[in-house]
Amino acid sequence: MGEEVKLFGYWASPYSYRAELALKLKGVSYEYINEDIFGNKSDLLLKYNPVHKKVPVLLHNGKPIVESLVILEYIEETWKHNPYLPQDPYDKATARFWIKFIDEKCFPTLWLAAWSAENEREKVTNEACEYLKTLESALNGKKFFGGETIGMVDIVASSVGYFIRVTQEIMGINLLSADKFPQLFQWSEDFANCSIVKESLPPRDKLLPFVKGLIAKYQQDNAKA
Amino acid sequence: MEDEVVLLDFWPSSFAMRVKIALGEKGIKYKCKQEDLFNKSTLLLEMNPIHKKIPVLIHNGKPISESLIILQYIDQVWNHKSPLLPSDPYQRSQALFWADYIDKKIYSIGRRVWMGKEDQEEAKEELMQCLKTLERELGDKLYFGGQNIGVVDVALVPFTTWFYSYETCGNFSIEAGCPKLVAWAKRCKENYRSVSEALPHPLQIYEYVMELKKRLGLV
Repeated sequence: MGEEVKLFGYWASPYSYRAELALKLKGVSYEYINEDIFGNKSDLLLKYNPVHKKVPVLLHNGKPIVESLVILEYIEETWKHNPYLPQDPYDKATARFWIKFIDEKCFPTLWLAAWSAENEREKVTNEACEYLKTLESALNGKKFFGGETIGMVDIVASSVGYFIRVTQEIMGINLLSADKFPQLFQWSEDFANCSIVKESLPPRDKLLPFVKGLIAKYQQDNAKA
Repeated sequence: MEDEVVLLDFWPSSFAMRVKIALGEKGIKYKCKQEDLFNKSTLLLEMNPIHKKIPVLIHNGKPISESLIILQYIDQVWNHKSPLLPSDPYQRSQALFWADYIDKKIYSIGRRVWMGKEDQEEAKEELMQCLKTLERELGDKLYFGGQNIGVVDVALVPFTTWFYSYETCGNFSIEAGCPKLVAWAKRCKENYRSVSEALPHPLQIYEYVMELKKRLGLV
Protein backbone atom coordinates (compact mmCIF):
# COMPACT_ATOMS: atom_id res chain seq x y z
CA MET A 1 0.00 0.00 0.00
CA GLY A 2 1.41 3.38 -0.92
CA GLU A 3 1.76 5.77 1.97
CA GLU A 4 1.61 9.43 1.25
CA VAL A 5 3.65 11.46 3.69
CA LYS A 6 4.18 15.19 3.30
CA LEU A 7 5.80 17.64 5.66
CA PHE A 8 5.15 21.36 5.52
CA GLY A 9 8.10 23.02 7.15
CA TYR A 10 10.55 25.87 7.11
CA TRP A 11 14.23 25.13 6.55
CA ALA A 12 15.39 27.29 9.50
CA SER A 13 12.69 26.30 11.97
CA PRO A 14 13.88 24.20 14.92
CA TYR A 15 10.33 22.86 15.32
CA SER A 16 10.15 21.81 11.70
CA TYR A 17 13.54 20.18 12.09
CA ARG A 18 12.27 17.94 14.91
CA ALA A 19 9.64 16.44 12.61
CA GLU A 20 12.16 15.90 9.80
CA LEU A 21 14.65 14.18 12.06
CA ALA A 22 11.95 11.88 13.42
CA LEU A 23 10.87 10.83 9.91
CA LYS A 24 14.48 10.22 8.93
CA LEU A 25 15.14 8.14 12.06
CA LYS A 26 12.18 5.96 11.09
CA GLY A 27 13.32 5.78 7.47
CA VAL A 28 10.00 7.14 6.25
CA SER A 29 9.99 8.69 2.76
CA TYR A 30 8.28 12.02 2.62
CA GLU A 31 7.79 15.00 0.41
CA TYR A 32 9.07 18.21 1.95
CA ILE A 33 7.31 21.47 1.22
CA ASN A 34 9.11 24.62 2.33
CA GLU A 35 6.63 27.25 3.48
CA ASP A 36 7.36 30.94 3.15
CA ILE A 37 6.43 31.63 6.75
CA PHE A 38 7.80 35.16 6.81
CA GLY A 39 6.13 36.06 3.57
CA ASN A 40 3.09 34.28 2.28
CA LYS A 41 1.78 31.18 3.97
CA SER A 42 0.21 28.84 1.44
CA ASP A 43 -3.52 28.15 1.32
CA LEU A 44 -2.76 24.53 2.05
CA LEU A 45 -0.94 25.40 5.28
CA LEU A 46 -3.83 27.57 6.42
CA LYS A 47 -6.24 24.79 5.50
CA TYR A 48 -4.36 22.09 7.42
CA ASN A 49 -3.51 24.20 10.47
CA PRO A 50 -6.32 26.72 10.82
CA VAL A 51 -5.92 27.07 14.58
CA HIS A 52 -2.23 27.97 14.80
CA LYS A 53 -1.32 28.57 11.13
CA LYS A 54 2.22 27.34 11.76
CA VAL A 55 4.76 24.82 10.58
CA PRO A 56 5.45 21.98 10.92
CA VAL A 57 2.38 20.20 9.58
CA LEU A 58 2.59 16.49 8.85
CA LEU A 59 0.17 15.19 6.25
CA HIS A 60 -0.30 11.42 6.33
CA ASN A 61 -2.54 10.03 3.61
CA GLY A 62 -4.24 13.41 3.45
CA LYS A 63 -4.80 13.78 7.20
CA PRO A 64 -3.01 16.64 8.98
CA ILE A 65 -1.20 16.46 12.31
CA VAL A 66 0.16 19.68 13.80
CA GLU A 67 2.32 20.81 16.75
CA SER A 68 5.82 19.34 16.67
CA LEU A 69 5.50 17.30 19.87
CA VAL A 70 2.15 15.85 18.79
CA ILE A 71 3.73 15.01 15.43
CA LEU A 72 6.64 13.23 17.13
CA GLU A 73 4.25 11.09 19.21
CA TYR A 74 2.20 10.30 16.10
CA ILE A 75 5.27 9.24 14.11
CA GLU A 76 6.40 7.01 16.99
CA GLU A 77 3.02 5.28 17.19
CA THR A 78 2.50 4.91 13.47
CA TRP A 79 5.93 3.61 12.47
CA LYS A 80 6.82 1.31 15.32
CA HIS A 81 10.34 0.23 14.30
CA ASN A 82 13.37 2.17 15.65
CA PRO A 83 11.39 3.35 18.69
CA TYR A 84 12.55 6.64 20.17
CA LEU A 85 10.37 6.58 23.28
CA PRO A 86 10.84 4.02 26.07
CA GLN A 87 8.20 1.30 26.43
CA ASP A 88 8.11 1.35 30.22
CA PRO A 89 5.35 3.74 31.38
CA TYR A 90 7.49 5.40 34.04
CA ASP A 91 10.47 5.92 31.73
CA LYS A 92 8.10 7.23 29.07
CA ALA A 93 6.61 9.72 31.55
CA THR A 94 10.15 10.80 32.51
CA ALA A 95 11.08 11.36 28.84
CA ARG A 96 7.92 13.41 28.32
CA PHE A 97 8.76 15.45 31.41
CA TRP A 98 12.16 16.42 29.96
CA ILE A 99 10.62 17.11 26.57
CA LYS A 100 8.15 19.52 28.15
CA PHE A 101 10.94 21.11 30.20
CA ILE A 102 13.02 21.75 27.10
CA ASP A 103 10.08 22.99 25.08
CA GLU A 104 8.56 25.29 27.70
CA LYS A 105 11.51 26.45 29.76
CA CYS A 106 14.92 25.67 28.34
CA PHE A 107 14.56 26.58 24.71
CA PRO A 108 12.37 29.72 25.02
CA THR A 109 14.60 31.21 27.73
CA LEU A 110 17.78 30.48 25.79
CA TRP A 111 16.24 32.01 22.71
CA LEU A 112 15.28 35.09 24.75
CA ALA A 113 18.77 35.33 26.20
CA ALA A 114 20.29 35.38 22.73
CA TRP A 115 17.93 38.10 21.52
CA SER A 116 17.53 40.22 24.60
CA ALA A 117 18.68 43.79 24.95
CA GLU A 118 21.88 44.47 26.90
CA ASN A 119 20.14 45.67 30.05
CA GLU A 120 17.91 42.58 30.36
CA ARG A 121 20.49 40.10 29.28
CA GLU A 122 22.04 39.24 32.63
CA LYS A 123 18.78 38.25 34.29
CA VAL A 124 17.57 36.14 31.37
CA THR A 125 21.01 34.60 30.93
CA ASN A 126 21.12 33.54 34.59
CA GLU A 127 17.73 31.92 34.25
CA ALA A 128 18.85 30.16 31.08
CA CYS A 129 21.97 28.83 32.82
CA GLU A 130 19.87 27.39 35.62
CA TYR A 131 17.78 25.56 33.05
CA LEU A 132 20.85 24.26 31.26
CA LYS A 133 22.25 22.96 34.54
CA THR A 134 18.98 21.13 35.19
CA LEU A 135 18.89 19.75 31.64
CA GLU A 136 22.44 18.51 32.00
CA SER A 137 21.42 16.49 35.07
CA ALA A 138 19.00 14.54 32.86
CA LEU A 139 21.94 13.19 30.87
CA ASN A 140 23.29 11.53 34.01
CA GLY A 141 26.41 10.15 32.39
CA LYS A 142 24.64 8.86 29.30
CA LYS A 143 25.82 9.64 25.79
CA PHE A 144 22.38 10.74 24.64
CA PHE A 145 19.22 11.51 26.60
CA GLY A 146 17.82 8.35 24.99
CA GLY A 147 20.79 6.27 26.19
CA GLU A 148 23.14 4.75 23.61
CA THR A 149 21.07 6.06 20.74
CA ILE A 150 19.06 9.19 20.01
CA GLY A 151 15.64 9.28 21.61
CA MET A 152 12.75 11.71 21.52
CA VAL A 153 14.32 13.92 24.20
CA ASP A 154 17.41 14.30 21.98
CA ILE A 155 15.25 15.16 18.99
CA VAL A 156 13.55 17.94 20.95
CA ALA A 157 16.83 19.05 22.54
CA SER A 158 18.21 19.65 19.04
CA SER A 159 16.67 23.10 19.36
CA VAL A 160 18.99 23.73 22.30
CA GLY A 161 22.05 21.95 20.97
CA TYR A 162 22.29 23.20 17.46
CA PHE A 163 20.08 26.22 16.94
CA ILE A 164 21.04 28.01 20.11
CA ARG A 165 24.74 27.61 19.46
CA VAL A 166 24.33 29.30 16.12
CA THR A 167 22.46 32.22 17.65
CA GLN A 168 25.04 32.55 20.41
CA GLU A 169 27.87 32.79 17.93
CA ILE A 170 26.12 35.67 16.27
CA MET A 171 25.42 37.49 19.52
CA GLY A 172 28.90 36.82 20.86
CA ILE A 173 27.56 35.38 24.12
CA ASN A 174 28.58 31.96 25.26
CA LEU A 175 25.93 30.12 27.22
CA LEU A 176 26.38 26.49 26.26
CA SER A 177 30.12 26.38 26.87
CA ALA A 178 32.34 23.35 27.42
CA ASP A 179 33.67 24.59 30.75
CA LYS A 180 30.28 25.55 32.22
CA PHE A 181 28.36 22.51 30.97
CA PRO A 182 30.85 19.81 30.01
CA GLN A 183 28.35 16.95 29.70
CA LEU A 184 25.78 18.97 27.79
CA PHE A 185 28.40 20.46 25.51
CA GLN A 186 29.74 16.98 24.74
CA TRP A 187 26.22 15.80 24.06
CA SER A 188 25.66 18.61 21.55
CA GLU A 189 28.88 17.66 19.73
CA ASP A 190 27.97 13.96 19.67
CA PHE A 191 24.47 14.79 18.55
CA ALA A 192 25.54 17.06 15.71
CA ASN A 193 28.06 14.43 14.58
CA CYS A 194 25.51 11.65 14.10
CA SER A 195 25.33 11.00 10.38
CA ILE A 196 21.56 11.14 10.26
CA VAL A 197 21.61 14.46 12.10
CA LYS A 198 24.47 15.88 10.00
CA GLU A 199 22.55 15.16 6.79
CA SER A 200 19.45 16.93 7.92
CA LEU A 201 20.53 19.95 9.96
CA PRO A 202 20.22 23.25 8.12
CA PRO A 203 23.72 24.27 7.00
CA ARG A 204 25.44 26.57 9.46
CA ASP A 205 26.70 28.90 6.75
CA LYS A 206 23.11 29.48 5.62
CA LEU A 207 21.57 29.61 9.11
CA LEU A 208 24.05 32.11 10.52
CA PRO A 209 23.32 34.97 8.07
CA PHE A 210 19.63 34.16 8.19
CA VAL A 211 19.37 34.48 11.98
CA LYS A 212 21.62 37.58 11.82
CA GLY A 213 19.11 39.11 9.45
CA LEU A 214 16.19 38.23 11.74
CA ILE A 215 17.89 39.74 14.78
CA ALA A 216 18.87 42.89 12.88
CA LYS A 217 15.30 43.38 11.70
CA TYR A 218 13.97 42.74 15.21
CA GLN A 219 16.36 45.30 16.69
CA GLN A 220 15.42 47.78 13.98
CA ASP A 221 11.70 47.32 14.65
CA ASN A 222 12.24 47.66 18.40
CA ALA A 223 14.36 50.77 18.02
CA LYS A 224 11.51 52.45 16.17
CA ALA A 225 8.91 51.49 18.82
CA MET B 1 1.12 -6.73 45.76
CA GLU B 2 -1.07 -3.70 46.13
CA ASP B 3 -0.28 -0.49 44.37
CA GLU B 4 0.44 2.55 46.46
CA VAL B 5 -0.92 5.67 44.85
CA VAL B 6 -0.59 9.13 46.39
CA LEU B 7 -1.70 12.41 44.87
CA LEU B 8 -0.15 15.70 45.96
CA ASP B 9 -3.10 18.01 45.51
CA PHE B 10 -4.28 21.56 45.88
CA TRP B 11 -8.07 21.61 45.83
CA PRO B 12 -8.65 24.72 43.61
CA SER B 13 -6.16 23.54 40.98
CA SER B 14 -7.76 22.61 37.65
CA PHE B 15 -4.66 20.60 36.83
CA ALA B 16 -5.02 18.48 39.97
CA MET B 17 -8.74 18.00 39.27
CA ARG B 18 -7.81 16.39 35.95
CA VAL B 19 -5.84 13.71 37.77
CA LYS B 20 -8.62 13.11 40.28
CA ILE B 21 -11.11 12.58 37.45
CA ALA B 22 -8.77 10.11 35.75
CA LEU B 23 -8.13 8.18 38.96
CA GLY B 24 -11.88 8.12 39.60
CA GLU B 25 -12.65 6.87 36.09
CA LYS B 26 -10.15 4.06 36.43
CA GLY B 27 -11.38 3.12 39.91
CA ILE B 28 -7.94 3.56 41.44
CA LYS B 29 -7.66 3.84 45.22
CA TYR B 30 -5.36 6.63 46.27
CA LYS B 31 -4.33 8.86 49.16
CA CYS B 32 -4.90 12.54 48.57
CA LYS B 33 -2.50 14.91 50.30
CA GLN B 34 -3.40 18.62 50.38
CA GLU B 35 -0.53 20.97 49.80
CA ASP B 36 -0.28 24.55 50.99
CA LEU B 37 1.28 26.29 48.02
CA PHE B 38 2.49 29.12 50.25
CA ASN B 39 4.22 26.59 52.48
CA LYS B 40 5.23 23.64 50.31
CA SER B 41 5.89 20.33 52.04
CA THR B 42 9.24 18.57 52.04
CA LEU B 43 7.58 15.73 50.18
CA LEU B 44 6.47 18.00 47.34
CA LEU B 45 9.91 19.59 47.06
CA GLU B 46 11.45 16.14 47.01
CA MET B 47 9.01 14.67 44.49
CA ASN B 48 8.99 17.63 42.13
CA PRO B 49 12.29 19.43 42.74
CA ILE B 50 12.40 21.10 39.35
CA HIS B 51 9.01 22.80 39.21
CA LYS B 52 7.88 22.42 42.85
CA LYS B 53 4.28 22.24 41.60
CA ILE B 54 1.21 20.11 42.00
CA PRO B 55 -0.25 17.80 40.89
CA VAL B 56 2.29 15.06 41.52
CA LEU B 57 1.24 11.44 41.31
CA ILE B 58 3.40 9.12 43.37
CA HIS B 59 3.04 5.51 42.23
CA ASN B 60 4.82 2.99 44.43
CA GLY B 61 7.18 5.74 45.54
CA LYS B 62 7.98 7.05 42.04
CA PRO B 63 6.81 10.57 41.18
CA ILE B 64 5.20 11.69 37.95
CA SER B 65 4.46 15.36 37.42
CA GLU B 66 2.74 17.56 34.80
CA SER B 67 -0.97 16.78 34.58
CA LEU B 68 -1.19 15.68 30.91
CA ILE B 69 1.86 13.46 31.36
CA ILE B 70 0.19 11.99 34.46
CA LEU B 71 -3.02 11.34 32.47
CA GLN B 72 -1.10 9.48 29.76
CA TYR B 73 0.75 7.49 32.43
CA ILE B 74 -2.48 6.53 34.18
CA ASP B 75 -4.04 5.54 30.86
CA GLN B 76 -1.08 3.31 29.98
CA VAL B 77 -0.69 1.61 33.38
CA TRP B 78 -4.38 1.11 34.19
CA ASN B 79 -5.58 0.19 30.75
CA HIS B 80 -8.34 -2.20 31.86
CA LYS B 81 -11.19 0.29 31.69
CA SER B 82 -12.29 3.80 30.71
CA PRO B 83 -9.63 4.59 28.12
CA LEU B 84 -8.77 8.28 28.16
CA LEU B 85 -7.06 8.28 24.80
CA PRO B 86 -8.20 6.69 21.53
CA SER B 87 -6.22 3.67 20.37
CA ASP B 88 -5.96 4.88 16.77
CA PRO B 89 -2.78 7.00 16.34
CA TYR B 90 -4.52 9.65 14.26
CA GLN B 91 -7.41 10.06 16.70
CA ARG B 92 -4.86 10.19 19.51
CA SER B 93 -2.94 12.95 17.78
CA GLN B 94 -6.11 15.01 17.43
CA ALA B 95 -6.96 14.50 21.11
CA LEU B 96 -3.42 15.44 22.16
CA PHE B 97 -3.57 18.51 19.93
CA TRP B 98 -6.68 19.80 21.71
CA ALA B 99 -5.36 18.91 25.16
CA ASP B 100 -2.22 20.89 24.29
CA TYR B 101 -4.35 23.80 23.01
CA ILE B 102 -6.28 23.89 26.31
CA ASP B 103 -2.99 23.78 28.21
CA LYS B 104 -1.49 26.66 26.26
CA LYS B 105 -4.49 28.96 26.51
CA ILE B 106 -7.11 28.56 29.21
CA TYR B 107 -5.12 28.85 32.45
CA SER B 108 -3.02 31.86 31.50
CA ILE B 109 -5.82 33.76 29.77
CA GLY B 110 -8.26 32.94 32.57
CA ARG B 111 -5.77 34.23 35.09
CA ARG B 112 -5.57 37.57 33.32
CA VAL B 113 -9.37 37.73 33.41
CA TRP B 114 -9.79 37.17 37.16
CA MET B 115 -6.77 39.29 38.10
CA GLY B 116 -8.58 42.28 36.64
CA LYS B 117 -5.62 44.40 35.58
CA GLU B 118 -5.35 46.70 32.53
CA ASP B 119 -5.36 43.78 30.11
CA GLN B 120 -8.64 42.32 31.37
CA GLU B 121 -10.77 43.37 28.39
CA GLU B 122 -8.26 41.89 25.97
CA ALA B 123 -8.10 38.71 28.05
CA LYS B 124 -11.91 38.37 28.09
CA GLU B 125 -12.00 38.53 24.30
CA GLU B 126 -9.20 36.00 23.97
CA LEU B 127 -10.94 33.67 26.42
CA MET B 128 -14.22 33.80 24.53
CA GLN B 129 -12.40 33.16 21.25
CA CYS B 130 -10.69 30.08 22.71
CA LEU B 131 -13.87 28.74 24.23
CA LYS B 132 -15.72 29.29 20.94
CA THR B 133 -12.96 27.40 19.10
CA LEU B 134 -13.35 24.54 21.57
CA GLU B 135 -17.12 24.66 21.23
CA ARG B 136 -16.75 24.33 17.44
CA GLU B 137 -14.50 21.33 17.95
CA LEU B 138 -17.10 19.73 20.24
CA GLY B 139 -19.72 20.21 17.54
CA ASP B 140 -22.72 17.95 18.00
CA LYS B 141 -20.83 15.30 19.96
CA LEU B 142 -21.90 14.48 23.49
CA TYR B 143 -18.32 14.77 24.65
CA PHE B 144 -14.99 15.66 23.03
CA GLY B 145 -14.19 11.97 23.40
CA GLY B 146 -17.34 11.01 21.49
CA GLN B 147 -19.84 8.84 23.35
CA ASN B 148 -17.71 8.91 26.50
CA ILE B 149 -15.36 11.42 28.08
CA GLY B 150 -11.75 11.34 26.96
CA VAL B 151 -8.57 13.24 27.66
CA VAL B 152 -9.85 16.49 26.12
CA ASP B 153 -12.95 16.46 28.33
CA VAL B 154 -10.81 15.68 31.37
CA ALA B 155 -8.37 18.47 30.44
CA LEU B 156 -11.06 21.11 30.00
CA VAL B 157 -13.89 20.40 32.43
CA PRO B 158 -12.02 21.46 35.61
CA PHE B 159 -11.69 24.99 34.22
CA THR B 160 -15.49 25.22 34.00
CA THR B 161 -15.65 25.40 37.77
CA TRP B 162 -13.64 28.62 37.42
CA PHE B 163 -16.13 30.11 34.94
CA TYR B 164 -18.19 31.79 37.66
CA SER B 165 -15.03 33.52 38.95
CA TYR B 166 -13.99 34.65 35.45
CA GLU B 167 -17.52 35.95 34.81
CA THR B 168 -17.88 37.76 38.11
CA CYS B 169 -14.42 39.34 38.06
CA GLY B 170 -14.80 40.23 34.40
CA ASN B 171 -18.47 41.13 34.44
CA PHE B 172 -19.54 39.03 31.45
CA SER B 173 -21.36 35.81 30.66
CA ILE B 174 -19.59 32.78 29.25
CA GLU B 175 -22.89 30.94 28.77
CA ALA B 176 -24.16 33.74 26.55
CA GLY B 177 -21.24 33.26 24.18
CA CYS B 178 -20.81 29.49 24.52
CA PRO B 179 -24.09 27.85 25.50
CA LYS B 180 -23.14 24.44 24.06
CA LEU B 181 -19.91 24.35 26.03
CA VAL B 182 -21.69 25.20 29.26
CA ALA B 183 -24.26 22.47 28.47
CA TRP B 184 -21.39 20.01 27.87
CA ALA B 185 -19.90 20.86 31.28
CA LYS B 186 -23.28 20.20 32.97
CA ARG B 187 -23.53 16.88 31.14
CA CYS B 188 -20.07 15.82 32.32
CA LYS B 189 -20.95 16.60 35.93
CA GLU B 190 -24.34 14.90 35.75
CA ASN B 191 -23.21 11.73 34.02
CA TYR B 192 -19.77 11.22 35.53
CA ARG B 193 -19.37 10.88 39.28
CA SER B 194 -15.62 11.17 38.87
CA VAL B 195 -16.20 14.68 37.52
CA SER B 196 -18.79 15.83 40.05
CA GLU B 197 -16.60 14.56 42.89
CA ALA B 198 -13.41 16.17 41.62
CA LEU B 199 -14.82 19.63 40.93
CA PRO B 200 -15.36 22.00 43.87
CA HIS B 201 -18.42 24.22 43.78
CA PRO B 202 -17.87 27.38 41.69
CA LEU B 203 -18.62 29.54 44.73
CA GLN B 204 -15.82 27.85 46.65
CA ILE B 205 -13.46 28.68 43.81
CA TYR B 206 -14.71 32.28 43.80
CA GLU B 207 -14.08 32.55 47.54
CA TYR B 208 -10.57 31.25 46.97
CA VAL B 209 -9.99 33.71 44.11
CA MET B 210 -11.10 36.66 46.23
CA GLU B 211 -8.75 35.54 49.04
CA LEU B 212 -5.94 35.23 46.51
CA LYS B 213 -6.66 38.68 45.09
CA LYS B 214 -6.49 40.15 48.60
CA ARG B 215 -3.22 38.39 49.17
CA LEU B 216 -1.85 39.74 45.90
CA GLY B 217 -3.01 43.24 46.77
CA LEU B 218 -5.44 43.37 43.86
CA VAL B 219 -8.46 44.26 45.94
